[in-house]
Amino acid sequence: MTTLTAGEVEVTPPRRRTWGWTRGLGVSGWLSIGVLVLVLLLAVVGPLLASQDPNEGNLAQGFGAPSVEHWLGQDANGRDLLTRLVVGARTAVIGPLLVVVASTILGTVLALAAAWFGGWFDTAVARVVDAVFAFPGLLLAILATALFGAGLPAAVAALSIAYTPYMARIARSAALRERGMPYIAALRVQGIHGLSICVRHILPNIRTLVLANATISFGFALIDLAGLSFIGLGVQPPTADWGAMVGEGLAGILQRYPQESFYAGALIVATVAAANVLGDRLTTRSEGRS
Amino acid sequence: MTTPLLQVEALNIALPVDGELRTVLHDVSFSLEPGRTVGLVGESGSGKSMTARAVARLLPPGARVRGRLEFDGASIVDLRGEALRRYRAGDVSMIFQDPRSAINPVRRIGDFLTEALRINGGMSSRAAGARAVELLAEVGIADGARRLRQYPHELSGGLLQRVMIAATLAVRPRLILADEPTTALDVSTQAEVMAILGRLRAEYGMAMLFITHDLDLAAAVCDETIVMYAGSVVEQHRGASLHEDPLHPYTAALAQARPDIDRATRRLPAIPGYPTTAYEVPPGCAFAPRCPHAVAACTTQEPQLVPIGDGHSRCIRAEELRGRMLTGPSTTEGVA
Repeated sequence: MTTLTAGEVEVTPPRRRTWGWTRGLGVSGWLSIGVLVLVLLLAVVGPLLASQDPNEGNLAQGFGAPSVEHWLGQDANGRDLLTRLVVGARTAVIGPLLVVVASTILGTVLALAAAWFGGWFDTAVARVVDAVFAFPGLLLAILATALFGAGLPAAVAALSIAYTPYMARIARSAALRERGMPYIAALRVQGIHGLSICVRHILPNIRTLVLANATISFGFALIDLAGLSFIGLGVQPPTADWGAMVGEGLAGILQRYPQESFYAGALIVATVAAANVLGDRLTTRSEGRS
Repeated sequence: MTTPLLQVEALNIALPVDGELRTVLHDVSFSLEPGRTVGLVGESGSGKSMTARAVARLLPPGARVRGRLEFDGASIVDLRGEALRRYRAGDVSMIFQDPRSAINPVRRIGDFLTEALRINGGMSSRAAGARAVELLAEVGIADGARRLRQYPHELSGGLLQRVMIAATLAVRPRLILADEPTTALDVSTQAEVMAILGRLRAEYGMAMLFITHDLDLAAAVCDETIVMYAGSVVEQHRGASLHEDPLHPYTAALAQARPDIDRATRRLPAIPGYPTTAYEVPPGCAFAPRCPHAVAACTTQEPQLVPIGDGHSRCIRAEELRGRMLTGPSTTEGVA
């Protein structure tokens, strides 16, 4: 709290810590939260909302124009676009979510262990992290699908490994800074177990940074997985998925029917932008606080 | 003489700096009997904190330790894993200079105070909370229940240091390492904290290694005071006459560099030059370059710790200078 003008002090009453994480998000931050909540909600309840079968089409109605029955029109196979977009939210979101959860847990655990033990273990973790950094995530994912077959599981596993170094590097430097604080020494002299200090003291102090990075990773993972589905290595047809729909819509673009690619692409862009903006706001705030 | 609780003998510590090992402690020896207080005095970088950290096993990674370091007859240097954790949890506690940075800022006072009780003492959180309120009462904090719900930033430095002391009491250690516990506090709070510390120590019979750069405080609190310079012990002094009867020119210089309430001085005499670190000590006496009493022999002959008066002094002129140093040439030089 270094730069507070007199006016702000008077206007803003001291907030309780319990709600501290919502502080300083700003309009863009809140808007991003709104978009992400909507998308996640869609992923959870989307398939329940759909009144039509996303995979059943009428070839005679290929590239059907918007109508009362098909609000957004139909794709090349005459399937309802709105239904496919709504249902596709789940497959589009679940992959990146798994990647973020896996890479965050793996990265944070590695970072805490490296910062805590130091020495050769820290060096080893740093080297492995550097080595994985050298491979672009998408390349690793393509490699994995080549080895284990196209589809979401192989791609998610590969991306989880590819995303771990980012989390590990950021969390490690934060954990290392925290590790050197006198209060950690004080806890050690109290005979508190190392694991307990890591989990109950260091982790809570680096959580904003971890959360911020996880949010940004979600956006990137969504793009990577959508890209894989786009080139046909991710989600397999006929399953509805935003990335796959951008790819399937390509043929339509040439026939002056860009709707499918456009709608699916717009949803991807909106989700990724929201994740990036929110992650950025969270990062800025966590930096401002320390 | 009882068996010492803490025995330090010929302790040498070197830390890795830029790939080379640099000596920070050189042949430090002293012992501490149960229930007694030994003071460590010296400028920043003289090695006093490093000594306490060695006892708490909090040295930076890569530190090389030589010499004996024994607690209750057992070596501390070789403690590992569970044995080290038990030693820290039950036998030794440390009070830090800045309580604000020694307590996790994002957790409540209650979490901090009850953590050791719950984890190492196996208490339920309700029992630990009740015990924490008792502990706070012992350090003079009456509204303990309310304090337990507060965060560190809501408490003053003096209150926090009392919380720190309360946390120390929770484990009732046999040895307290107090690393400048009052330096970050204002003077009236200092007196309160020292009074609490003294009372509790007497009550529970805990030994204390008291680190300070305040000679008067050391003389008042400690049964024995050890003055350190450049990683070595230069004076060992029993009793409370440290500042009145210094045995080493460095102690005398420190004593003169503090204000005296009976003496009007416009400018306090400072010790000329810079404090030397242990790894760059010149041949002969480490303090010789800054010493007003240095003679030619001081730069060639390495002084030994020799018994004199109530203690020991590492000065080749200790005997002839004794009693003359406080009025010696340094006062006139300081003015000139």
